[in-house]
Amino acid sequence: MELTLSVLLLFMIIGAIYALFAEDLLSALISCGIVGYGLVICFLLLKAPDLAIVQIVVETLTLIIMVAVVLDSTRHDLREKVVIHEKGNSYINAKYVFNVLTVLVLALFFLFFFNQAIYKLEAFGEHTTRMATAYIEQGAEKTGSANLVTGIIFDFRGYDTLGEATILFTAVVGVLTILRLKGHK
Amino acid sequence: MIVFILCFILFLVGLFGLLTSRNIIKIIIGLSFMEFSVYLFLVLIGYIEGGQAPIVVKGIDIQMIVDPLPQAMVLTAIVIGLATKAMLLSTAIRIYKKFRSFDIRKIRSLKG
Repeated sequence: MELTLSVLLLFMIIGAIYALFAEDLLSALISCGIVGYGLVICFLLLKAPDLAIVQIVVETLTLIIMVAVVLDSTRHDLREKVVIHEKGNSYINAKYVFNVLTVLVLALFFLFFFNQAIYKLEAFGEHTTRMATAYIEQGAEKTGSANLVTGIIFDFRGYDTLGEATILFTAVVGVLTILRLKGHK
Repeated sequence: MIVFILCFILFLVGLFGLLTSRNIIKIIIGLSFMEFSVYLFLVLIGYIEGGQAPIVVKGIDIQMIVDPLPQAMVLTAIVIGLATKAMLLSTAIRIYKKFRSFDIRKIRSLKG
């Protein structure tokens, strides 16, 4: 199980690296789809069918919107080069080097917390349910739903879902406001 | 253990894309990679070896079910991720209409 997931994740990482270095924005988006749909297969392997269904819908929607945006504007990517050749003399691109150094510093910062977290967690596949034990034992009787995930979302944590609906509504209003054609001069 | 490390590497790839690209579309792609790695990490934590999907069927031992709580949380997060991505993309469309470019260095003249 762990080996299958690792191979899939490696495939996704290769797709992600290609997406970041592709010259054409359309091919970058398609390799972004590799990562999104690889995630769907990972969810199916991890016994999360609800997540797989939602992720397939969301990934298809975002991919269609992003392809529409890119086809409507430009497909050309603005590449950053480490060494710039200009008017005969070449010099090092200081901004790019600074950005890469920032990434390295942040990577070390996150690595520290990842290290802290990974020793607190159980090994992969040996999880013990603490909070969810009550949900698993009484969820079916209390909510009447055979699917425990939907039972938790709409019943035990219904206020979370209400907040989620608020966020979705705010996002729709925001998109409509940003894309409005008429405006003040 | 190795899946957690690979998940972290995917997060770092997204971070690299987020901080080093000049193109707004590439920045959105990097952000979505970071999102995906966090979703996968949370679901990986809740996995139990040999567990069934969290759907109650009579006759199946109730102890061998994967943790449904991280799955419920990630389901909420995926939908919110779609909303934020739609906002980002609409902002990108407006920026392209105004500046005729996706380059973030040309958006310095933004006023008001």
